[in-house]
Amino acid sequence: MEFIPNSKIKNEMINEINLKKIDELFIDVPQDIRINNLSLVDGLSQQETEEKLRKIGKKNKHLKKITSFLGGGIKPHYIPAVVRSILSRSEFYTSYTPYQPEASQGFLHAMFEYQSMIAEITGMDISNASLYDGATALGEAALMCSRINKRKYIVIPANVSWDKRCILQNYIKGSGLKIKEFSYDGETGEIDINDLKKNLDNDTSCVYIENPNFFGIFEQKVDEIKDIISKNQSLFVVGIDPLSLGIAKSPGEYGADIVVGEGRCLGNSIDFGGSSLGIFACKEKFLRQTPGRIIGITKDSEGKRAFCMTLQTREQHIRRGRATSNICTNEGVCALAATVYLSWLGTEGLEELSKINFLKGKKLAEKISGISGFNKRFNGIHFNEFVIKCKDANEVNKKLLNNNIQAGLILDRTYPELKNCMLFGVTELHSDEEINNLIEMLEVV
Amino acid sequence: MYRSAKFEEPLLIELSEKINIKPPELLPRSIQRKNSLNLPNLDETQIIRHFLRLSQMNYGIDTGIYPLGSCTMKYNPKICEEIAKWDDFSLIHPCQDEINIQGNLQIMYELEKILSEITGMDHFTLQPAAGAHGEFTGLLITKAYHEFNKDFDRNEVILPDTSHGTNPASASLAGYKVIEIPSNEEGTVNLDILKKTVSSKTACFMLTNPNTLGIFESEILEISKIVHKAGATLYYDGANINAILGKARPGDMGFDIVHLNLHKTFSTPHGGGGPGSGPIGVKNKFEKFLPIPRILKKDDKFHFSYDFKDSIGKVKEFYGNFSVLLKAYVYIQLMGKNGLKETSEIAVLNSNYMKQKIIESKKYLMPYKNLRKHEFVISCENLLKNKDIKALDIAKRLLDYGLHPPTVYFPLIVKEALMIEPTESESKISLDKYIETLIKIADEDPKLLKNSPYNTPIKRVDEAGAIKNPILTWKSL
Repeated sequence: MEFIPNSKIKNEMINEINLKKIDELFIDVPQDIRINNLSLVDGLSQQETEEKLRKIGKKNKHLKKITSFLGGGIKPHYIPAVVRSILSRSEFYTSYTPYQPEASQGFLHAMFEYQSMIAEITGMDISNASLYDGATALGEAALMCSRINKRKYIVIPANVSWDKRCILQNYIKGSGLKIKEFSYDGETGEIDINDLKKNLDNDTSCVYIENPNFFGIFEQKVDEIKDIISKNQSLFVVGIDPLSLGIAKSPGEYGADIVVGEGRCLGNSIDFGGSSLGIFACKEKFLRQTPGRIIGITKDSEGKRAFCMTLQTREQHIRRGRATSNICTNEGVCALAATVYLSWLGTEGLEELSKINFLKGKKLAEKISGISGFNKRFNGIHFNEFVIKCKDANEVNKKLLNNNIQAGLILDRTYPELKNCMLFGVTELHSDEEINNLIEMLEVV
Repeated sequence: MYRSAKFEEPLLIELSEKINIKPPELLPRSIQRKNSLNLPNLDETQIIRHFLRLSQMNYGIDTGIYPLGSCTMKYNPKICEEIAKWDDFSLIHPCQDEINIQGNLQIMYELEKILSEITGMDHFTLQPAAGAHGEFTGLLITKAYHEFNKDFDRNEVILPDTSHGTNPASASLAGYKVIEIPSNEEGTVNLDILKKTVSSKTACFMLTNPNTLGIFESEILEISKIVHKAGATLYYDGANINAILGKARPGDMGFDIVHLNLHKTFSTPHGGGGPGSGPIGVKNKFEKFLPIPRILKKDDKFHFSYDFKDSIGKVKEFYGNFSVLLKAYVYIQLMGKNGLKETSEIAVLNSNYMKQKIIESKKYLMPYKNLRKHEFVISCENLLKNKDIKALDIAKRLLDYGLHPPTVYFPLIVKEALMIEPTESESKISLDKYIETLIKIADEDPKLLKNSPYNTPIKRVDEAGAIKNPILTWKSL
């Protein structure tokens, strides 16, 4: 085997340790459960493997072959070549969790920069070095809040995706915590503040809102929301789209205690929903309750600046059953991509990119809602996603697909009240031609 | 002697001038950003040089041997990386119409079947993002199963004292009381204690086999009987399955729920900490609890189904870390059944070869029984006693020879432990060099060891200092 160097000399090695055949190394496996081999096919050569995978790949229609206007918190973005170039360094991607800091300064240094930039854009004091994805980060945030204030209820609006609410439910299942769900305002798409108030009491551990929310709408009344939560002495958790933060106020500025979000959009491939990056940032006073790895600066024995994993006594490999989280493997390389991406954008780049996404969203929403039979479902201010109501969403979807366009996400599987509503998304990647093409098609549906 | 690149590389922010660009005013006042972000403002050349230099101060499996026990740091074939980047697979939105994602669905559907065959399980989900995430998912399934059977009093998870830290942490996360039982003098599960510990309160027994000492739990069928007789589930932590591919299967040993670490056994890179993938496999009676959506095949077409009313729901957005799944799929195509079997045979051979040579040198101790699987644990207790050399000193000194140290101080039942897993990727030359170096270091001047490493980009790191005065962002510098 090309990946097993000692394959050729195994007999020599077996003899050298005074054995006769390899099976003697497996005599401790009871006979009853030993198998001769697996029922799988034989291995292919690299060339044959490529050919096989080419054929399977052709069964997909990737996003350069079809124009997608799908929203849902995930859209392809432009990935600069510099990100791919750095990510191809196998010193980075073939390394393990940096348990030996002296041999892992590169990755540790980059993760420190990741934490710094996440803290900067979210307006928080600290960030960890990543969790699995935005939804599991929300789950960890909810658990952390209850560790801090020992209260029982997580209050969350219905304008957070069904997937996230479902994952949150699983994360708190073992904790005795309960979720209280409150409604969104049917006109604006923002949260219903009155309903939020009704769901608060002195057992409310935290309130979660998203900015922008699942419908793409900005929650404008953040100061009022913060006020209500503070008066109730509950914690304020905010979900973000990092690409909106070049124009939108950071949650830190309106008093969030914890910020979570999905960071895939920061230089990572869309990857069928993989390559996710759970952002987790918070106020420094909660440091010892945070989940996941954290990188800090210290000195080496000669007094030089050095980086290392820190506060590891929070983590499972030390604290075992009493750790703040069970997470070990995180999303290191995705966080590295985000670091390179944010460095490449810089201040001006992120502000500009936010602006482009906002304006494209605005323009596309205006154009679509200008077509007879298509209306914006909510009148709140939105970022690069928005909800359109039409007469027959399935029909629209079908017709567009025939014309090589993937329409917005049909919402009625998870929002039965939003029948014939579609969540559209647009980014810096969409050309005017693609947008005009969509409009032309919608006009004749 | 090995020399690593040494750069006194500044932070990006120290390389950059702060600029003040008023954010574009587009939003209502309450949510409009007012102050300019303090991000680095650099040219592409500066950025490339910065990260390239950092990469040169980082050790990966492509740099050299990386024998971290229980981590299975094997070589990651480049073709897997390349295919995972093809637009055909990676540039796919998870919510595209099913007619346009048949290729990705096929990969996932087939991977589930392949992993079922490898483990002897009936069904798989690919959703969990890592091993610990798989453990958590498996425990949620255990919980759903007991609740489905109206068996509400099972609130304990039992595990041996050799278990990975994630096991008790996942059990706690799932709301269970953790009961750790001591191993016997062989380093394996103590059946008498297990028998006394299981009860009508036991939800699950979590086990790694071979365990973290690298010892195969030969009494596994008896363990399975004890656990099942008590009405609990038997959970397999698959972190160590690189030892038994094509030789034995957890499903045949009686395990009910299994997780695999694709980023270990199936050769997808660890990425400095991720992304990983921790699929779980279950026996038929647990199928209905698996996360949704499931992938079904009908008339040669693949589709998602959410129609499983007893499912635990979701544990991660969308369907798992797809690129990792794809790399594992490609790896399995390359290896085939014979390649996978040989993987374990040589991984176990390499481990026993190293173990034997090290033990013959009499420089280190090896507690517990002799035959090991893919990894083994030696102790530096004698060195500590005679020369004040700690396991940590040995680890740091190895770095000076360009060798990545093993896992240290784990499992907890071995004092001054070095836990070594060479994997099948290393040549005999590489193993011999590692053995020689370990032997040589044991005879080196203890003072030299205390101050090592010398040849790394920085000297020994004061980790305690980082805790005393946490500097976690460049703002706090």
